[in-house]
Amino acid sequence: MKALEFDHVSYRYPGEDFSIVDNLSFALEQGSFHCVIGASGCGKSTILRMICGLLRPEAGTIRVGGTPIEEQSHYCGYMPQRDLLLPWRTVGENLALPLEIRGGYTRAERRELAEAALEDVGLEGCGDKLPSELSGGMRQRAAFARTMLAGSGLLLLDEPFSALDFLTRISMQEWLLAQWEKHKKTVLFITHDVEEAVFLSGSVLAVAGTPIRKLEEFPVPAAGPRTRACLARPETVSLREELIGILREQVRP
Amino acid sequence: MRKTGRSALPALTFLFALLMVWQLGAMRVDAAYILPTPIQILMRLWELREPLFTVHLPATMAVTGLGLVISVALGLGLAAAMDWSPLLQKCLYPVVVASQTIPTTAIAPLFVLWFGYGIWSKVLVAVLMTFFPITITVYDGFRSARTEMAELLETYGATKWDVFRKIKIPCALPYFFSAVKMAVPIAIIGAAIGEWLGAQSGLGYFSRRMMTQLDGAGVFAPIVLLSAVAMAATGAVGLVEKRVVKWRGES
Repeated sequence: MKALEFDHVSYRYPGEDFSIVDNLSFALEQGSFHCVIGASGCGKSTILRMICGLLRPEAGTIRVGGTPIEEQSHYCGYMPQRDLLLPWRTVGENLALPLEIRGGYTRAERRELAEAALEDVGLEGCGDKLPSELSGGMRQRAAFARTMLAGSGLLLLDEPFSALDFLTRISMQEWLLAQWEKHKKTVLFITHDVEEAVFLSGSVLAVAGTPIRKLEEFPVPAAGPRTRACLARPETVSLREELIGILREQVRP
Repeated sequence: MRKTGRSALPALTFLFALLMVWQLGAMRVDAAYILPTPIQILMRLWELREPLFTVHLPATMAVTGLGLVISVALGLGLAAAMDWSPLLQKCLYPVVVASQTIPTTAIAPLFVLWFGYGIWSKVLVAVLMTFFPITITVYDGFRSARTEMAELLETYGATKWDVFRKIKIPCALPYFFSAVKMAVPIAIIGAAIGEWLGAQSGLGYFSRRMMTQLDGAGVFAPIVLLSAVAMAATGAVGLVEKRVVKWRGES
């Protein structure tokens, strides 16, 4: 059974005269880590927003765990570009938000689950702080913990580290890989940073042009556990250059 | 507290200088029936303390309080309705704005004809003047909620009501307090205007009665009282705000 399946999916934004996603089919294995790369505005976020139900495809079916998404709820955790921690809630209350909305938990249960999730991302003891008291990297980790609490085995991450400074970003990438190895969830990660994509994913899905008709798959020739040293190996360097070439095709004026 | 005391020093000094100029100028003109000195006004305030504090201040406060309560309820209701439904927004927004182009002072005498000399004609003036800033400011507050936050909640399976409760209301809270702080002095002015035009009690009414008696200091005394009350009330709202709103402006 595939973790995620796109079956001839199309989407057209209202007012546009072309479909930005056109008859797209692809599938992800359970427990895999894929990065989708593409130039800005190519429609990669549209794919993610369709999976989490914010946009409804005009044609085709999206299946998660073999079931069409219209027939299920709480099948994915979506983490947007900005951490979007609500500034008036403490970190712990922010984490409890998806549980509050789903309902069926007592206040004490929510608190306990939030505490456990915070500990899991290395933020134990931060539950009563306000988001403004955390650093950028800590906020992203808190947002990730909230995404995990939103439940399910499929995580959709939309450029989560793009707003961080370089050093924080690379340590967050290593941290994310460790989290993935620990929890064995299926991850779909969107980025426009080729190096990030090569470092993180088992295989990179490249958007070759708009409208998106297919995703080209490039397996990354490096086995886990990854370190940044992998990035310097000749085969990863040549993959990186190849991917950059593909992206530059699109932005050429 | 000490810090605020020191930061208020320039303003207090300037105010004191202005009052000095007024005092000296008024002493030179020497016509207390049209230009009383600040000291004369304070003395008159003291002499009139009985009727001012026991009859007229409570009357004006009743109008202001009722007017504010109705305005807040009306303003919140309209703002929430406009935020909830784009159709209602299209219907209501222009009407709300248009209502502000009516010179309330000019048609207030009609209210007296419609509702009599009792409290409701004044309450209506206060409401008409205050519901607008409350409606528009709180509506802006609801709008300030970022769509990304609402979308994030939607991916958790939130309903429109969840989004309203968990995102919109907290986002609008600082705006709500700004609106009330604006509305308090306006409501007091509205009440005074209403009373000025026709009433049996109230500070506006009292001020006007003193006018007919050519008692300059008597005209000013209730007005000084009005502004002191307005400042105190706004300050009180500010204190409540500090306790309730722990964040502001950060997104």
